[in-house]
Amino acid sequence: MTERLAPNTPEDVIAAVQWAAANDAPLDIQGAGTKRGWGGVIRTNHVLDVSALQGVTLYEADELVLSAGPGTTLIEIQTLLAESGQQLAFEPPDLGPLFGQPPGLQTLGGVVATNLSGPRRIKSGGARDHFLGFSAVTGRGEAIKSGGRVVKNVTGYDLCKLFAGSFGTLGVMTTLTVKVLPAGEKTRTVLLYGLDDGVAMRALTHALNSAHEVSAAAHLPAGIAGRSAVGYVGDVARSVTAVRVEGVGPSVEHRCAALRELLGIYGEGEELHGHNSRTLWREVADVATLLPDTEKAIWRLSVPPSMGPTIAQICAGVPGADWFYDWGGGLIWLACDAADEAGANVVRTALDHSHAGGHATLMRAPDPVRQFIPPFQPQSAGVAALSERLRENFDPKGILNPGRMAPEPG
Amino acid sequence: MLKMPDPDKDVLARREEIVRALRQIVPGEGVIDEESGRRAYECDGLTAYQQMPMVVVLPETVEQVSAILKYCDAGGIRVVPRGAGTSLSGGALPLEDGVLLGLGKFNRILEVDEDNRCAVVQPGVTNLAITHAVTDRDMYYAPDPSSQIACSIGGNVAENSGGVHCLKYGLTTNNILGVQMVLMDGEVVRFGGRHLDSAGYDFLGLITGSEGLLGVITEVTVRLLKKPETARAVLIGFPSTEQAGDTVGAIIGAGIVPGGMEMMDKPAIHASEQFANAGYPLDVEAILIVELDGPEVEVDYLIGRVEELARAEGATEVRVSQNDEERERFWSGRKNAFPAVGRISPDYYCMDGTIPRRRLSEVLAAMRDMEKKYGLRVANVFHAGDGNLHPLILYDANVPGELERAENFGADILKLCVKVGGVLTGEHGVGVEKRDLMGEMFTEDDLKQQQRVKCAFDPQQLLNPGKVFPTLHRCAELGRVHIHGGQTRFPELPRF
Repeated sequence: MTERLAPNTPEDVIAAVQWAAANDAPLDIQGAGTKRGWGGVIRTNHVLDVSALQGVTLYEADELVLSAGPGTTLIEIQTLLAESGQQLAFEPPDLGPLFGQPPGLQTLGGVVATNLSGPRRIKSGGARDHFLGFSAVTGRGEAIKSGGRVVKNVTGYDLCKLFAGSFGTLGVMTTLTVKVLPAGEKTRTVLLYGLDDGVAMRALTHALNSAHEVSAAAHLPAGIAGRSAVGYVGDVARSVTAVRVEGVGPSVEHRCAALRELLGIYGEGEELHGHNSRTLWREVADVATLLPDTEKAIWRLSVPPSMGPTIAQICAGVPGADWFYDWGGGLIWLACDAADEAGANVVRTALDHSHAGGHATLMRAPDPVRQFIPPFQPQSAGVAALSERLRENFDPKGILNPGRMAPEPG
Repeated sequence: MLKMPDPDKDVLARREEIVRALRQIVPGEGVIDEESGRRAYECDGLTAYQQMPMVVVLPETVEQVSAILKYCDAGGIRVVPRGAGTSLSGGALPLEDGVLLGLGKFNRILEVDEDNRCAVVQPGVTNLAITHAVTDRDMYYAPDPSSQIACSIGGNVAENSGGVHCLKYGLTTNNILGVQMVLMDGEVVRFGGRHLDSAGYDFLGLITGSEGLLGVITEVTVRLLKKPETARAVLIGFPSTEQAGDTVGAIIGAGIVPGGMEMMDKPAIHASEQFANAGYPLDVEAILIVELDGPEVEVDYLIGRVEELARAEGATEVRVSQNDEERERFWSGRKNAFPAVGRISPDYYCMDGTIPRRRLSEVLAAMRDMEKKYGLRVANVFHAGDGNLHPLILYDANVPGELERAENFGADILKLCVKVGGVLTGEHGVGVEKRDLMGEMFTEDDLKQQQRVKCAFDPQQLLNPGKVFPTLHRCAELGRVHIHGGQTRFPELPRF
């Protein structure tokens, strides 16, 4: 029987963690629980539900800064920011539907703890790059803080980077401070049709290596593009390569025209304006519309962009493989049959071909698969040992999300 | 006075033996033993503190770095890594019983990978050399600390260096993709690569700005950006610093994030103008330099808006650069502000606090009061867009007591920065300079947890000890698990 601890204050969190540490009771830390399927399976009878630690406590638009509790929904934050024409520039996707959850529930804590970022990652950075400060309770039951509320800060180690993407294994965050930025007034997307993966990658590189400040670059093979709700993408029965520009009106129009000219050598194109453009990039970010088969396993590969097509080609050997590219080729979303090891061997061997590194995360698979395939890319022995020493220094008793990132020792 | 860790007498007694062992690892002139040679390394950019290192070693290969660290780890010998030695916070200050490990010979650009928009470089390559190496491709490396002609990329990673363009383009941490690093026990590890984000903990982010306490960087993969089509700068003069500050807020509030946005106060304007003849107005209390970059049509449009906003806040002078030469001239005063101040005062002490920008007027006013209290003058240059202040405290080290007064003045400024919601250091690092002020910002528990991070990398605390943390705790002591409370079931906690 699972017991749910639901702290209302940071002091409650300290009490809960101290109790858990004293009683060797591992905690499964949850906000809205929309990304529960991401990472290893946690074996515990105690859920620490931080969703009550919610609400924006500070928002100063002209200082480009916002603080909120971990349980604050992203929708609340985005709505507030939009009133001042601002946004979270790392464009956090909503992966709820990909994990079989309703959209719109995810929280700030969850987004930062998973270091989740969307198509704009290539231009504006990821969640890690916008995470300025936090308070947290470590596995020792001690309240600590790091960073601050200003962007420029090199005072002490940058534990924000460490906590972003730590999946709750180092501490339970109780307040988070993030950088916010003006949203572009206008958005345009240039589309190219019918390119194969290799040529598409050349086109994306061409665009990204121009001075036109491309803010997103994706390639959807024909079968995938057909699932888009945007007519210019979904109804063309061909592959679609997409490049986005954002900013002030005159600049966006100028860059869009310049890109169309630059990319003209790749054949005919089209352009998407406001609403269609936003819909397409939402689909690319959130994945579920483009890879809709809920029975399939989902992989997420981060690779050197130029290696994207080569790696995807190898992964094509996995039964039921279906994929598309974001981040100019540097991010591959791959769906495949979930049976056995869900293609883990092929996918992870494919990365070896890139020589320059990269990682493949098994984002979604049935529990039994995730129990014998490590969801995160296995690390070199040295880095794995370092990770374990580091984790242990924050959480010596192993009570915070044990097994979620690295397999439990023993 | 600054207290460094007590020298290890046993290590000092073994000095000859250590030098011989290092010569086995790095043959020839790579080990500097004689006093005159070591003298060149006795301080970094923070010249107020000096210490002769026990021995200097300048390896040329990763294998040598690994062997040196392994040997020192086994022998309990302290090591201080050093890049170009431009740190303004004493990050590379040697230790009497320490090996100074210089990375100056790691000076090659290994690869420019245009398709993946990155370059792989050795840590001793200067910041500016990276940009020079890719200029013919119209690319550049964005972070541009003022010392960019001299400072090395390895040092930039260690300090998470910024520069005037980081408001729009980010700091070092936002502009690198990977590193190779040697841990204190000699293990060579890689974090990141040419891809984005990490599969596990973000070690790349953690080691950026770790001030040489966690490992020795032997290779860096940096992101390259395409040069913007155009850049133009606006020079704006104001009758008060408040109006300049308000204009900065208005520009950002209007959704404009300039490539650079710098403020100077009257003493800094006058010093710079004498030195650089940048054409700054002398009858104003503050100037702003706002640089916009991007497509010409965007730059023109935004410059128009900036001009409007500045005039609405009461700017008395607005000049837009008409060509690159004029833009460079606007910047020349700002970029030469430190040496310019060096001309009007025998010595100056450069501070580096960051504040929430809207507290600027209050902080400047408090500084004027402090000038009276300490009997010293201050000139202010300011990365206005991101709230990073560089007050330059003018003093004369030859006047007894002035250095101490300047340091106390500086400490007061930094304490004020923290009090208004800011931080001790925006881009220069803690080093030894701000080490003893860390308690102003962090609790004992905060600092202990940071030191536990170091324990995971360097359990004997041999790498650059005495920097960043005011009190050194032994890792064994830090590692002890002592859980407070936890005995009761905390009935007040809601459960379901």
